[in-house]
Amino acid sequence: MSVELEPQGIEWDHLDTVARAAETPHQQQPYEELGLREDEYERIREVLGRRPTESELAMYSIMWSEHCSYKSSKVHLSKFQDLAPSSDRLLAGIGENAGVVKITDELAVTFKVESHNHPSFIEPYQGAATGVGGIVRDILAMGARPVAVMDPLRVGAADHPDTARVLTGVVAGIGGYGNALGLPNIGGEVVFDPCYQGNPLVNALCLGVLPVDRLQNKAATGPGNLVVLMGALTGRDGIGGVSVLASAGFDQEAATQRPSVQVGDPFMEKLLIEACLELYEAGLVVGVQDLGGAGLTCALSETAAAAGTGMEIALERVPLREPSMAPHEILASESQERMLLIVAPEHLEAVLAVAEKWGVPATAIGTVTDTGILRVTWHGHAVAELPPSSLADDGPVYARPIREPADLPLLQADRAETLPRPTTGEQLRETVLRLAASPNLCDRTWITEQFDRYVRGNTVAAMPENAGVIRLDERTRVGVALSVDGNSRYTRLDPYTGAQLALAEAYRNVAVSGAVPVAVTNCLNFGSPEDPHVMWQFAEAVRGLAEGCAQLGIPVTGGNVSFYNATGPVAINPTPIVGVLGVLEDVATRIPMGFSHPGDVIILVGETREELSGSEWAWVTHGHLGGSPPAVDLAAEQRLATLIRAARDLDLLRSAHDLSEGGLAQALVEACLRHGYGATVALPEDAPGGPFGFLFSESAGRALVSVPLGREKAFAAQCEEHQVPWTPLGVVAGADAPLTVTGQFEIDLAELRTAWSSTLPKLFDQLTARPE
Amino acid sequence: MRIGVVTFPGSLDDVDAARAVRLAGGEAVSLWHADDQLYGVDAIILPGGFSYGDYLRCGAIARFAPVMESVMAAAAAGAPVLGICNGFQVLCEAHLLPGALTRNQHLHFRARDQRLQVETNRTAWTMGYTPGQEIVIPLKSGEGRYVADTATLDELERSGRVVARYVDDNPNGSMRDIAAICNEAGNVVGMMPHPEHAVDPLTGPSTDGLTVFTSVLKHLAGVAA
Repeated sequence: MSVELEPQGIEWDHLDTVARAAETPHQQQPYEELGLREDEYERIREVLGRRPTESELAMYSIMWSEHCSYKSSKVHLSKFQDLAPSSDRLLAGIGENAGVVKITDELAVTFKVESHNHPSFIEPYQGAATGVGGIVRDILAMGARPVAVMDPLRVGAADHPDTARVLTGVVAGIGGYGNALGLPNIGGEVVFDPCYQGNPLVNALCLGVLPVDRLQNKAATGPGNLVVLMGALTGRDGIGGVSVLASAGFDQEAATQRPSVQVGDPFMEKLLIEACLELYEAGLVVGVQDLGGAGLTCALSETAAAAGTGMEIALERVPLREPSMAPHEILASESQERMLLIVAPEHLEAVLAVAEKWGVPATAIGTVTDTGILRVTWHGHAVAELPPSSLADDGPVYARPIREPADLPLLQADRAETLPRPTTGEQLRETVLRLAASPNLCDRTWITEQFDRYVRGNTVAAMPENAGVIRLDERTRVGVALSVDGNSRYTRLDPYTGAQLALAEAYRNVAVSGAVPVAVTNCLNFGSPEDPHVMWQFAEAVRGLAEGCAQLGIPVTGGNVSFYNATGPVAINPTPIVGVLGVLEDVATRIPMGFSHPGDVIILVGETREELSGSEWAWVTHGHLGGSPPAVDLAAEQRLATLIRAARDLDLLRSAHDLSEGGLAQALVEACLRHGYGATVALPEDAPGGPFGFLFSESAGRALVSVPLGREKAFAAQCEEHQVPWTPLGVVAGADAPLTVTGQFEIDLAELRTAWSSTLPKLFDQLTARPE
Repeated sequence: MRIGVVTFPGSLDDVDAARAVRLAGGEAVSLWHADDQLYGVDAIILPGGFSYGDYLRCGAIARFAPVMESVMAAAAAGAPVLGICNGFQVLCEAHLLPGALTRNQHLHFRARDQRLQVETNRTAWTMGYTPGQEIVIPLKSGEGRYVADTATLDELERSGRVVARYVDDNPNGSMRDIAAICNEAGNVVGMMPHPEHAVDPLTGPSTDGLTVFTSVLKHLAGVAA
């Protein structure tokens, strides 16, 4: 379908063409307002050999923005590739729209996590909705059918009035878009912390599956091939999204930036998915790229640059929602639900027929050329003429100054291990209940109930299980497990270790589900790169993550950097979110997290040290953040992972649950409440930190397992063989029996459930958020 | 037996309905909204999803899709027709079933494993259940609150056309806890929860939903015999 519109109200005299730019070299240009520095502007003039046109200036300003060019992060991110362990599973890696991992000889998956933070503060519903839409198109562009989403979220203090606005809107937006797209939501995280009050984090992960031979790429090869824009009409929404919203500081004027937030149409996206998949299946496209941040400018320049070709684009052919749009607006629009296709001329008719079948507008807007120049015309007048690689690949790169925050030694000296702690059984009991009811540890049902987890019929595990598990093939039952994790308090105390702890936790979550971890994605949420302290945190976190992945032997396949997460001069706690993907040869062998059989033996595996700094206990009971985070031992994590799989293969495991925030106490609470069985446990007498330390320490590399009665010796032998310390704790009690810690306390399961499950409804049920 | 599953633009649970038909032993036939014929299928399922985006009233546009004329004719001729979730909404919009589905009373989309009581087995789609049987199948909808005027509700109760009710806790404010109803002949059933998501212990909370699909196969076998 093509929409021909007569140009309306064009003031030809004001159209800034290439010819005019050459004639008027000294014309003042608003490069600073567009976020470009003077030296960057000078470089553009050098590249072009003249001043840029209005359209070109818009194109450079968005493509050279922090969000698109990774100009501050590039020098650090190279570590992911430099240190990448070799993997014969990786079909596409960093630099592609998303990493692609081979699962079997026939099947591959692609997965990636991205941020949509600033839009979600300004307009929580649409910001979060289009965050889902954007990552889904990245996955679609690789040739995959999107099959699941996850959502790591960070919002302000639970009891702050604005948190209700943000969280209810974000959750409704993720559900409103994801549910209508037919994608099961299989997990995620929500963390409340005042550091996110003025700058929440909305990260979205999408998983897709594709036949290995259907992998698509973005290169616009083959001069003479046609450039087809498919999807929603182009409007004025989202102009400057990447440059204004995502690449600069953020202040109280945020509400005025609402027009920079895109508006989502999940119905159109669903049609776009089906149309694209039908085109891939029929082999009708040469190259494909999604339109997201930086819109058409990004898609045109990246596809041409990837192939080393040029393009001739007739901008007036772009179907518009608002006919009065100027060329630079069309080039910069971030209207959602659009894809760019490179199509051989003989296939155009077939492509348009598929688009028509699904009711998706599609229009040929230009051709691939061998000139190496991206030439954009508007009713016959050239408004841009530039080398596409100068936009896509040759943006500025900065080695920003780095300085360790001056307050860090003091912060690290203020250890939580020295805080007053509960001593009596009654005090321990109160602490267990208080933590279980705390916003960061309580039941997430209020949120996950708003998401469809069943659609497409392949969800084997979803929240609150350790990891989401998706079946990829109904016949062989091969599947994948996915977990996303991150603890910004740990990262604030020590970014290197904190990033590795995030990696370790995601790895462990996948491993205790019974899967073999194979690949990593990440979303690195930090403050301003212009702040040397933030840049130090970033560099340390990237180093920690890259070295950690190298040690675990699992490559980073892609990811996203989000800078400028700050309120005024105050940055958020550094928040690297790490996603780990694992393979399950048979999803029926996944390990559930909850106790399910009275009499099963409860065993803690891994080593407990007295590690309370950065813990949930220190935060909830003392509002304390200080000291050093728990130690990381990635070799121990690997041994734990191997042990769990070996024990599973020998039928020694009924359940396994990873230990993280809240330590053993919280793991027991969750394992009991999952299916409503109590537990009777005794703490070891020589526990480091005493009963309290044993219950609330957040030492990494541990899991709580239940073993069928009579198999515990065989399990112990496996622990011995894999060199993992184990501590028998007790037994699973009957349905609705209490959680008893012998000699310390007993908690009735109903009381525990009430404490755990009533927090979020109490905080947020009074409020509802709907799209307007 | 050939069971048709209609795909409207925006249908989402069509693949799941087709899988459930196969697991029950039937042959699933994909039907396209723009086709005006049914390719000789023996029964029809209108699946869940957001047909045409549901930007207007849910099901209000799908009801006018070319395929619906054939569906309405088949329903009138006694062919079993099941509308699940969005399909239920379409059946109400098409006046094959009385009443309407409106926004959940609490205004949230709600997904949960829902306990239901099957009220009658005198329909083509529930004959394999025993009346009063309790089952657990997923519910997932934002506009699942069944409403009708008192006379209609009384008539549904009197004629035994309430097919299933929510038990324990009404998840959306449906009048008289109604989760599913049927037409007078019992061949057309609308159901808000999703039986097609409770057919495999690996992916569902139970296999309680499978009986919906084996029921219609049994019904069709009986008609054929």
